[in-house]
Amino acid sequence: MISPGAQRPTQRQLTVSQWLGQNLFATWSNTLLTLVCLAGLGLVGGMICRWLLLYADLAVISTNLRLFWVGRYPLAQTWRLWGILTIASGTLAISWTLLVSLQRRTLMAWIALGLVNGAFSLAGGLTWGIISGLCLWIVGGLSLGQFLRHRHPTLPWLWLLPVQWVLALVTTLWLLGGGWGLTPVSTAFWNGLLLTVLLAVISIGLSFPLGILLALGRRSSLPVIRGLCVIYIEGMRGLPLIGVLFMAQVMVPLVLPPSMQLDQVLRGIIGLTLFSAAYLAENVRGGLQSIPPGQTEAAQALGLSAPLVLGLIVLPQALRAVIPALVGQFIGLFKDTSLLAIVGLVELTRMGRSILAQPQFQGRYLEVYLFTGLIYWICCYGLSMGSRRIEAILKVGQR
Amino acid sequence: MNHLSAESTPPSPLILAEEVHKWFGDFHALRGINLTVYPQEVIVLMGPSGSGKSTFIRTLNGLETHQSGRIVIDNLELSRDSAALDVIRQEVGMVFQQFNLFPHLTVLQNITLAPVWVRKWSRSQAQAVALQLLERVGILEQAHKYPTQLSGGQQQRVAIARALAMQPKIMLFDEPTSALDPEMIQEVLEVMLTLAAEGMTMVVVTHEVEFARSVAHRILFMDQGQVVETAPPEQFFTQPQTPRSRQFLAKILSRSQLRLTP
Repeated sequence: MISPGAQRPTQRQLTVSQWLGQNLFATWSNTLLTLVCLAGLGLVGGMICRWLLLYADLAVISTNLRLFWVGRYPLAQTWRLWGILTIASGTLAISWTLLVSLQRRTLMAWIALGLVNGAFSLAGGLTWGIISGLCLWIVGGLSLGQFLRHRHPTLPWLWLLPVQWVLALVTTLWLLGGGWGLTPVSTAFWNGLLLTVLLAVISIGLSFPLGILLALGRRSSLPVIRGLCVIYIEGMRGLPLIGVLFMAQVMVPLVLPPSMQLDQVLRGIIGLTLFSAAYLAENVRGGLQSIPPGQTEAAQALGLSAPLVLGLIVLPQALRAVIPALVGQFIGLFKDTSLLAIVGLVELTRMGRSILAQPQFQGRYLEVYLFTGLIYWICCYGLSMGSRRIEAILKVGQR
Repeated sequence: MNHLSAESTPPSPLILAEEVHKWFGDFHALRGINLTVYPQEVIVLMGPSGSGKSTFIRTLNGLETHQSGRIVIDNLELSRDSAALDVIRQEVGMVFQQFNLFPHLTVLQNITLAPVWVRKWSRSQAQAVALQLLERVGILEQAHKYPTQLSGGQQQRVAIARALAMQPKIMLFDEPTSALDPEMIQEVLEVMLTLAAEGMTMVVVTHEVEFARSVAHRILFMDQGQVVETAPPEQFFTQPQTPRSRQFLAKILSRSQLRLTP
């Protein structure tokens, strides 16, 4: 029963001083804590500002931007890198609009991103023509995604995205490595952030399906398959990543015939993929276990065959239940690519170290490492933000 | 309602179960069940919990495998062959106690899923049929919602529509109203009554006496994995033949009377 006088309490808008009083200076202990924290923040902030203004020499960054981004990739072939950046932004843009409906805010953000992109490339000595072309491409990609979504709302876009990504990746690899009409560029010249992103994207793309297969295998009713998957998963999880990477570099060439030697970058990808798949498998298995058996039974009762039950009912629900864990794994994988510096790949971390070896910038550790760290953070935070958005979209209708 | 009794014997049974046995480990869950169901018949399975009625209805579409005996659905024998099983399941719709709708799909997608992927209908055809079915069960306006946004009664009606979309020859109902709030039971029962009146062949596990009384052609009373008594409803509810069924009826009739008192 609602009494006649009952009213929903109105939400009062707090003034700044009221908010401060309630949240920061409510009691004497609260006040003390606030002051201590402020002092700490001021101290750290002051130190950073002092370092930036008085001691930092950011020339080590600005003169070496190109090395950070792409390393020693041949200058004459730079246009190919721009092609790749264009494909990458277009792919991202289309994926984003297919997943998230396009808002003006998103469009603005993308244009801004394109401009920032352009500002950086200016430092690398590139023309405005390419920059504006890039922005156009992003906007075009966003609109195309939006158009497709509205024109054919029933098509399973989520399942078409992987196709788009594979196509983009294949083109990227062709542009990078050459062949079929392009000057070949050895993988030794694929460096810096370019290599880091490439290693991460391909390893994520390969370890994800492998992880799903391992998770399904571990739940198989066939003892041989189940046993093999358990041995693989538990074996991999018992090894340190750096050991796996060394093994991939050293053992793979020993196993393969001498006529079929794998590239160093490829061996790195194999190591990362094999390692990450074991962890992903356990995450996916957790998702599979969270699906009530009634879901499978209902699907079976409708006459769906086993692969359809898995692909249409069980996996979509299981994967979306573990998105946070999966993205956590992907972020870890992105950062783990830095371990490949130890086995000789010149990715972002290793590039930083070799820049530090330049005679005119000796001892500029802080600048280089902070900058490298910032790049890693931006990439990982971007992944994290994207995943939260996707999670929010897919949450629709969840229990 | 018993429009069959006067007619000549139908050509062949839709469901034929002979001496069906099932063990869960050491537990003997089904001890030689026999059942013959002809087209357009409605069979109600009753019995105390643990009597094996749910287990038995689940063996009829292979969700549980029986270890001995024979089950023939529409002249196809149930076996371990999964391709044959999928074919049988297309002809046998099932409605569960917990609805088991797919939470990641809308109501419309829930219903069109199997017709599109299994029957290979075009999406537009499947949607047209789905919308007709939703109208029939009275929730057309919920087509684009997700299952969790619906009440229990609405969810169960969607589940019935989902099973009907495959145009099955037989419908199995496994305690379809047991998980529902009392005020939602009626809306589901009404859909089932209409279905029975239209001549659907149905096997229903339920405790709803009124439903059984008005549409069942036969009632099978099960206890401890066996069919203890088979009788038409008027005979079963007024003159139960075994002590076990008398005891059971005393319990559920007093319960349903309790519910009727305001």
